[in-house]
Amino acid sequence: MEPSEIPMLSYDVVVIGGGPAGMAAAARARELGLKVLLLEENDYLGGILPQCIHPGFGIHYFREELTGPEFASRLAKRLVELGVEYKTAARVIEIENYSDLEKVVVFASPGGVCQVWTKAIIYAAGARERHAFEIGIAGDRVSGIYTAGEAQTLMDIYGVLPGKEIVIVGSGDVGLIMARRFALEGAKVKAVVELMPYPGGLARNVMILRDFNIPLYLSHKVVEVRGKGRVQRVKVVKVDENFQEVPGSEFWIEADTLIISAGLIPSVKPLRKIGVEIDPATGGPVVNDRLETSVPGIFAAGNSLVINDLVDYVAEQGELAAEGAREFIENGGIGSRKWVKVEKGPNVRLVVPHYLSGERDVYLYLRVAKPMEDVELRIPEIGKRLRLPVVKPAEMIRFRLKAGEIQRAEGKLTVEVVKA
Amino acid sequence: MKTKVAIIGAGISGASIARVLSKYENLEVHLIEKAPDVGWGVSKANTALIHGGYDDDPDKYPTRARLCIRGNRLWHQWVKELQIAHVWNGALIVALQEEDFDELERLLERGRKNGVPEMRMVEKEELFHLEPGLTKEAIGALWVPIVGQIAPIPAVIALVENAVANGVKTHLETEVRGIKVEKGEVRGVETSDGFIEADVVINAAGLYADEIARMAGIEYFEIHPRKGEYFLFDDDVPGPRRVLFPTPTPISKGIVVTTEISGHLMIGPNAQDLPPEEKDNLATTREGLEEVWEGAKKLWPQLPPRSKVIRTFAGLRPEPTGGDFIIKAEEEVWGFINVAGIRSPGLTSAPAIAYEVAGIIQRDLGIRLIEKSGWNPYRREITHFFMLSPEKANEIVKRNPAYGKVVCRCNNVSEGDILEAIERMKFIGVKTPSVDSIKFRTKATTGTCQGSFCRPRIVQLLAGEYGVEPWKVTLKGKGSEIGIGDVKALLRGEE
Ligand SMILES: Cc1cc2nc3c(=O)[nH]c(=O)nc-3n(C[C@H](O)[C@H](O)[C@H](O)COP(=O)(O)OP(=O)(O)OC[C@H]3O[C@@H](n4cnc5c(N)ncnc54)[C@H](O)[C@@H]3O)c2cc1C
Ligand SMILES: Cc1cc2nc3c(=O)[nH]c(=O)nc-3n(C[C@H](O)[C@H](O)[C@H](O)COP(=O)(O)OP(=O)(O)OC[C@H]3O[C@@H](n4cnc5c(N)ncnc54)[C@H](O)[C@@H]3O)c2cc1C
Repeated sequence: MEPSEIPMLSYDVVVIGGGPAGMAAAARARELGLKVLLLEENDYLGGILPQCIHPGFGIHYFREELTGPEFASRLAKRLVELGVEYKTAARVIEIENYSDLEKVVVFASPGGVCQVWTKAIIYAAGARERHAFEIGIAGDRVSGIYTAGEAQTLMDIYGVLPGKEIVIVGSGDVGLIMARRFALEGAKVKAVVELMPYPGGLARNVMILRDFNIPLYLSHKVVEVRGKGRVQRVKVVKVDENFQEVPGSEFWIEADTLIISAGLIPSVKPLRKIGVEIDPATGGPVVNDRLETSVPGIFAAGNSLVINDLVDYVAEQGELAAEGAREFIENGGIGSRKWVKVEKGPNVRLVVPHYLSGERDVYLYLRVAKPMEDVELRIPEIGKRLRLPVVKPAEMIRFRLKAGEIQRAEGKLTVEVVKA
Repeated sequence: MKTKVAIIGAGISGASIARVLSKYENLEVHLIEKAPDVGWGVSKANTALIHGGYDDDPDKYPTRARLCIRGNRLWHQWVKELQIAHVWNGALIVALQEEDFDELERLLERGRKNGVPEMRMVEKEELFHLEPGLTKEAIGALWVPIVGQIAPIPAVIALVENAVANGVKTHLETEVRGIKVEKGEVRGVETSDGFIEADVVINAAGLYADEIARMAGIEYFEIHPRKGEYFLFDDDVPGPRRVLFPTPTPISKGIVVTTEISGHLMIGPNAQDLPPEEKDNLATTREGLEEVWEGAKKLWPQLPPRSKVIRTFAGLRPEPTGGDFIIKAEEEVWGFINVAGIRSPGLTSAPAIAYEVAGIIQRDLGIRLIEKSGWNPYRREITHFFMLSPEKANEIVKRNPAYGKVVCRCNNVSEGDILEAIERMKFIGVKTPSVDSIKFRTKATTGTCQGSFCRPRIVQLLAGEYGVEPWKVTLKGKGSEIGIGDVKALLRGEE
């Protein structure tokens, strides 16, 4: 590229992604006196929130129960009040890392391709959904197969109803909320099919199934779709406790639509490209307690960091990343005398952040591998214990560690969830 | 007076024939296709290789052997004239045991007989230098540098765009249902959209060429489908630089491991024979996919986890009685030319098939072909935002801001690319808006997320440009509509 040929801007921080994580980050960065630019590829701010027209957002962050669009518009309003510069329809196509305080973000927009020199980057590009091919569904490649998010976009952004006889793969919150969404439009939700022996969503969302009389098949999976042009039927098979298919257990469900709600994966391709270390457990980057990745000056927040079930945590992470960016710019780096590594113990599937300085209090976000009742979250190195009545993989556990507690650790902290 | 020519089938064969025949002043060429867009038959799902021409035994399959190598040479020229995405990366046919060398020697010999240049054996050491990721079991290989890969549907699109620019008329969504023959001569074709008069009818109907032939009273061959299934992986999965074949068996060239031209690792196909009535059975099967996985692992042991699969698909080879291509003017029906049984290596052979047909028209039908003075051999590739340098992009964006608006995140396909695709669809006569038409022209929806972010946007753009409701936009033609109505349709009791 000939840098002289294309327009060049200059900022302290560029925030990539205008969802709740990015908006919260940009607002906080501005409050902290930084010159910040937020880039969002959609025509509107809010990330996936504008399509989530159900309530359940913001109980912690705004202390009020809001819908997705309401939550998004509050954050957007704050951006405007603070005078944050942002561009919509601006797609970041490349990140270059020249040195700690010299980075370039290249973006495309209807105004052209533009490059921005910046000292720090907050990466908040969200996540993508797993699709039918990834989860091994064979058969015909027909119309009527959508990820939950795509179906939601079609319905709630574009006003299109995808179908009328629905099978949903996955009983996480997203799958359950989509089941209700379809039922409310008068569609027949014929089944929710869940691989695990327990439902994946919050208890209040699992209630939806009873409210709308929707059958739930636990320990089952969809393996095949058949149809001409459009989905006509899907094949379901029972699995045993080792997820092996039970021979002879297969049956067909007639349906015109198959919704895949099989989980989200952080979108981190641009980070990978510049060598940011990725945690295989989260799918997002490895970060320290300022949410800085392994590349100095590049921070991550929201679903790009770790898949969150609560938007409140997402916004919180955005703010934390902004504080990190300020420290990074002021001190020319995030310094620490020693980093304490956070390790996963029994029944801990993932935990974020990965490294703690002990210079400040932190929130740890973690998910368990399997549901358990009456447990204790323990960090043996510092004798920390936290009693929890129930833990579920679907519910992120967030807890606070004091700087003093972290300082007591020697090199590492092991987080475990065990029977009390 | 012009001779009217009807070509049945806009696959790689029919499209190549249309392009070549568009060179002639005294022909009026009609290209008839039942699908909503071109290239959606056999040509849609295959390994996309421009084969080397060493494989087909000239004694058993003389037409295949002759046309494959000739087609390969022509493609080297055609991809430039038509700006078709391609790569000439060569192939290695890998030996895993001592006996395999006998077969490789035979292929080398056969290749020389067919006129394949620059083939040679490579020893183990050089082989691993060329492809470090290859199985450690490999003990040597045959190197065929002229092998390459093209994007097959974009190739059909390019051919048809060029043919139309040179005067060919297309009839899409038009199914041929009968051939009118009078006094032993063809008069035209009966279609779902009326009668199309023709003096010459060229049957390039792929899997259905036997049925079309029967409509003209010709019954000496039958076509049955042979299914092949594939996996395509995400673009961050490392693949080989060259096309890797196992040593072939008498029935099949074997399961290939390759990095297709968009940079995705691709493995497949297997070969499963289906009865003649299953010509639309394009379903992937768990057994077939398993076979492909196991087969590919033999050459490429470090296959990624299944979660890195972004797509699986199946194609059907049209296997004719006898096994060789059937390309001839039928004597009992004057003016009827079969281009049937175009199984593998049909993609490779297509340009040669087209010249063969032009030759048949001259020689066997006695129609002297007069070249046009203003025939245009060139066609410009659609704009791909992701391929532009920032400077070039800015020039284009200045003229049309839509080119700066990215719609498909995985592949950086812009709104401008998509609008240009729609314009080109209309240029060749695509009547029903479908997402697949956009996909094959722009690569939108083919990335990591498989369209879950961009498909609704594309539907919106198609709906706007075609003036239909968004839910009536299709995935791949009538019967595959995106939705059933607006969100309140069911509540209003409309469905
Ligand atoms: C169906 C569904 C229901 C949910 N229900 C609830 C609920 O009831 N309560 C709750 O608290 N949470 C809920 N959530 C979760 C919550 O909404 C998400 O955790 C949150 O939106 C994640 O925010 P984010 O900013 O990390 O990502 P996103 O909202 O995904 O935003 C990321 C943004 O980055 C942009 N972007 C990506 N790449 C680029 C690039 N290269 N250049 C420019 N821009 C880019 C994207 O366009 C997007 O706007 C739900 C989620 C879903 C999918
Ligand atoms: C699994 C597989 C792998 C392959 N790999 C390779 C390879 O790597 N290299 C290679 O060279 N070749 C390969 N081939 C072969 C190659 O794909 C075919 O030879 C080629 O695509 C055939 O093209 P065609 O135009 O003859 O047929 P098609 O593409 O099928 O075109 C025929 C067209 O006719 C239309 N049609 C049919 N009936 C009617 C009707 N009644 N009215 C109107 N239209 C009609 C169809 O809709 C279709 O579009 C492979 C094939 C398969 C299946």
